[in-house]
Amino acid sequence: MSEFTPLTSALGGMLIGLAAVLTMALLGRIAGISGMIGGLLPPYAGGATAAGERGWRLAFLAGMIASPLVLLAATGSLPEIEVPVSLPMLVAGGLIAGVGVSYANGCPSGHGVCGMARFSVRSIAATLTFMATTAATVFLVRHVLGA
Amino acid sequence: MIRIASAFLIGLLFGAGLLLSGMANPAKVLNFFDFAGSWDPSLAFVMGGALLVAAIGYRLVLARPAPALATSFSLPARTALDGRLIGGSALFGIGWGIAGFCPGGVVPALGLGRIEPLAFAGALTAAIAAVRLLEARRAQRPQAA
Repeated sequence: MSEFTPLTSALGGMLIGLAAVLTMALLGRIAGISGMIGGLLPPYAGGATAAGERGWRLAFLAGMIASPLVLLAATGSLPEIEVPVSLPMLVAGGLIAGVGVSYANGCPSGHGVCGMARFSVRSIAATLTFMATTAATVFLVRHVLGA
Repeated sequence: MIRIASAFLIGLLFGAGLLLSGMANPAKVLNFFDFAGSWDPSLAFVMGGALLVAAIGYRLVLARPAPALATSFSLPARTALDGRLIGGSALFGIGWGIAGFCPGGVVPALGLGRIEPLAFAGALTAAIAAVRLLEARRAQRPQAA
């Protein structure tokens, strides 16, 4: 069970949208996290431009990792998460998701927010597809396999 | 240097939004997709809030000649729907449905110092790296494609 939180979820969503807009306004880039992770992995392109691309991506991800401290400062406590999934299943899910985002060229941040906000047909198709398979997988895991 | 500092600050904002919204919380993500069980519609509000701000903001920003700290906007040029996009997205959804973490959600969760986000993020990164190496090798041998 998780509590229905329309207001904080909408506020969080608006911050996500604002961060995506700032990424475009300042850096001229799509705020897609799977793309940022991929851009930090080999094989590397050479040259100063490629090195600069890795620099901002690394800083962006470092800011995200440090972001629980923002909530700690604002609310006085760290945000709580609940992970009702075993470690082997998290690894399996991570591997499958990693292959998927590599071929899809994006994930919920890149396609679901940035691409949809540009009304990109590819991103709309990608988002509808993964929303459908995610829902189907949750149904299968929880109600058919009974995990 | 100002690009690096800006990227870090935007990352802080992005991560705070993901944490606040519930996107970094697998229990909440999985409940959003569990229509037949403990359905929690909160994530629809995340999507709504994010798209509202991003759609309006992008419109204003992309009307400008260039970004503030870079020479040009870098936007995906591809428009065609293909099997890789749809197949990759379908596969990603299976992973998201199993784990409840997505690439964006897991990164701020890493900062909470728990083992579960590390397990997912490690596997995710390994798989992205493996596909990159595989595709780079394939690109070097065009006759085999």
